[in-house]
Amino acid sequence: MTITSTPTKAPLGNPVAQKASGLFKQRELGIVLALALLVAYTAIDNPRFLSGQSIRDNLLNTAILAVMATGQAIVVITRNIDLSVGSVLGISAFAVATLMSKNQDLPMIVALLVGLGVGAVAGLVNGVLVRYGKVPALVVTLGTLYIYRGITYSWAGGSQVNADELPRHFLTFANDSILGIPWLVLIALVVIAAGSIMMRNYRVGRELYAMGSSPAAAELAGIKVARNLLGAFVLSGALAGLAGVLYAARFGTVDAAAGTGYELNVVAAVVVGGVAVFGGSGTVWGAALGALLLTVIGSALAVLDINQFWQQAIVGALIILAICADRLVAFRIARSLRKRDAHV
Amino acid sequence: MAEANARPEDQPTRRDEQPAEAGDGTAAQPAARSGDRSGARSGDRPARLEVHDVAKSFGAVAAVQGVSFPLYPGEAHALVGENGAGKSTIVKMLAGVHRPDTGTLRVDGVDVDFGGPGDAKAAGIAVIYQEPTLFPDLSVAENIAMGNQPLTKLRQLDRKAMNANAERLFRRLGVPLDPARPARGLSIADQQLVEIAKALSSEARVLIMDEPTAALSAVEVERLFSVVRSLRDEGAAIMFISHRFEEITALCERVTIMRDGKHVATELVADLSVDDMIRRMVGRDLSALFPKQDVDPGEVVLEVEGLSREGVFKDISFSVRSGEIVALAGLVGAGRSEVMQAVFGVDPYDTGTVKLHGRRLKKGSPRAAMAAGMALVPEDRRQQGLVMELSIERNVTLPRARKLARLGLLFGGSERAHAHTWTQKLQTKLGRLSDAVGTLSGGNQQKVVLAKWLATGPKLLIVDEPTRGIDVGTKAEVHRLMSSLAADGLAVVMVSSELPEVLGMADRVVVLREGRVAARLERAEATEESVMYAAMGQEVAA
Repeated sequence: MTITSTPTKAPLGNPVAQKASGLFKQRELGIVLALALLVAYTAIDNPRFLSGQSIRDNLLNTAILAVMATGQAIVVITRNIDLSVGSVLGISAFAVATLMSKNQDLPMIVALLVGLGVGAVAGLVNGVLVRYGKVPALVVTLGTLYIYRGITYSWAGGSQVNADELPRHFLTFANDSILGIPWLVLIALVVIAAGSIMMRNYRVGRELYAMGSSPAAAELAGIKVARNLLGAFVLSGALAGLAGVLYAARFGTVDAAAGTGYELNVVAAVVVGGVAVFGGSGTVWGAALGALLLTVIGSALAVLDINQFWQQAIVGALIILAICADRLVAFRIARSLRKRDAHV
Repeated sequence: MAEANARPEDQPTRRDEQPAEAGDGTAAQPAARSGDRSGARSGDRPARLEVHDVAKSFGAVAAVQGVSFPLYPGEAHALVGENGAGKSTIVKMLAGVHRPDTGTLRVDGVDVDFGGPGDAKAAGIAVIYQEPTLFPDLSVAENIAMGNQPLTKLRQLDRKAMNANAERLFRRLGVPLDPARPARGLSIADQQLVEIAKALSSEARVLIMDEPTAALSAVEVERLFSVVRSLRDEGAAIMFISHRFEEITALCERVTIMRDGKHVATELVADLSVDDMIRRMVGRDLSALFPKQDVDPGEVVLEVEGLSREGVFKDISFSVRSGEIVALAGLVGAGRSEVMQAVFGVDPYDTGTVKLHGRRLKKGSPRAAMAAGMALVPEDRRQQGLVMELSIERNVTLPRARKLARLGLLFGGSERAHAHTWTQKLQTKLGRLSDAVGTLSGGNQQKVVLAKWLATGPKLLIVDEPTRGIDVGTKAEVHRLMSSLAADGLAVVMVSSELPEVLGMADRVVVLREGRVAARLERAEATEESVMYAAMGQEVAA
């Protein structure tokens, strides 16, 4: 929840609801805490974990995931899901890499716009199928996950774009900094900030929360559900497309398999970041924190010389922990409601 | 005669305004007041909202036909009718959820065509549904402001203004709610007040309330009414739907009565007695009588004693003998289905006992109930009774699959033979047994559900709304079937909202009202009036 103002008075005092909203706040606080503990423990073991280069690497690795998590969080808040983001990243990365290798003089901004555009189209297809095909988003985006990946494979036909084919300015973009902040990180921060502000302070953001909180009530309230839903999917697609450009710039070598399996990392980041899978609550910056936490866990385990396979188990445990927290809140509220109704 | 409830003193608080007292206490005085004000109101003023000759069908079912009535500013107008009379359809048309097939809606004399709820809202119509439609994750203030939030210069939400606005509305309504708290966890009464605040903030000129008092206590109803009265006096047009006559006489000046989707009358409340209203609501010809063969009832099969579940139903007792059909009647929401679900073990209950053939049933175990010889045909056959995608034969044999299986495997042959016998017995019209159940008509689907359960050889059959959504011809067949099953010694409990069905089929009628037994009527004393009186908590006017 994003209710930050402290209740001035609570005459009908409902401790459960207050505890619940407190718990929501703790969710994001909990991530920060977990992150701090993890960093502290790893740094004690190996102080180099806090070196400039290490921090920079962590942030760069988080950037792409966080951009996608922003879009995913918005979709999940509307009680939907977008599983196609990994494939959208792939198709956008390949399209932009191919374009840049053939037109060496194109400025970076064009690459970014092309990536956004490719992603937006892919997202629009998802949204249209979900809204007008009346198919659950899980099924639609699982389908388009394979379709978009299939298109990329048949387009690439086994070829790949290598770093030496790409223009220099494109490749250096990933490492260039402005005021000491890498472009990649800056873009991610801008995306997260814009997403957070939109969801928190703009009418459309609140309507998206409303849609996820109670779809039926949203229709009855006269919210433009179709427009908003398409918007959410287009946004998620566009951000995945943007992530594709960043991916191509950062890794240089792009083949048709780029971003395979990313969707699960993204969903994991969003869920760990406190966005309720049943929609209606959670924040964009929480999801971004989730992305950071997952990335840091990965690098910390490497520094601590723990088998990488543990990483997956830990991510899994975090997801289950996050969902348990969701259910616990829902269960408590349901129980308090039942008690209340009983004595009425 | 309706037998008055045994122990009124231990009723929960929300049922304080009960039959006997409420009839004269709360109603009389405001009714007199509304009598002299109504004449002046409904006369020459232009209608704020006019429903003109609207009709709406869903598939072959005509939900509403040729209904017209005006709604004047400064008037509270009641809409009454039995379950399924078409009230909710009218509400949904006014809310912009459904579009009338024919006819027009007029707001301030101008024809309107609502493309969606947003349009109705923009036209100044606010609807408060029986089930509040709040967003649990958002704050109360945000819920109120949704759709027309105050914005700052940068088109951002102005949370301060939003909270201040909510606070102002709550002060006006006289309710101490915190605008910043989330809507989740609010009581139904508070949720309804938030809905009213929502209507106020959008400056609605027409307020439609669909059974807003169903879940409220007497005190909460009074608070709601004082708010509604002040809105009305400020010139809003109020449409009020309720099953409680004392509320209608207390609040409304005029009433529109609907029956079977048609408009019966629009009159001044003061000119009608409660008797008149009920008679017009139910007054249909009973030509399509439902034949129940007379059977000498045998031994007691089902005995339910003192069954209670907190907040749902309380102290329910009745028994059913073999060869008997006992109907559970009452309004929607009276707890009929809930009682039977508890008897069957689908839902839990807190206290009481369920005995089948004198043996106490384990609670909360449908498996034990089935093993003891109970079968339940649920209300919603699409959701609960059938697997629509599976074939007819699979559906029929589902509960018996274990017995038909050999070495744990099901073979098509025995399944088919079994399904064939039963669909034949029930004269189900079908193409092939291997067709999906979803392809059958509603009536035939119902027969498949019946076949499915009859095939298990039950001693007690519970049917919940056995003929809902079934055409008249098939309806009669289902009735004939139930009657002959009873004649063969089956004990039947029927939950039904259709009075003619209850009166035609039942040997005895148990009327529930708000989770309690309001009356037990023998066949001879069960009439449309006596059942409706008991269901609505009125005294029997003999």
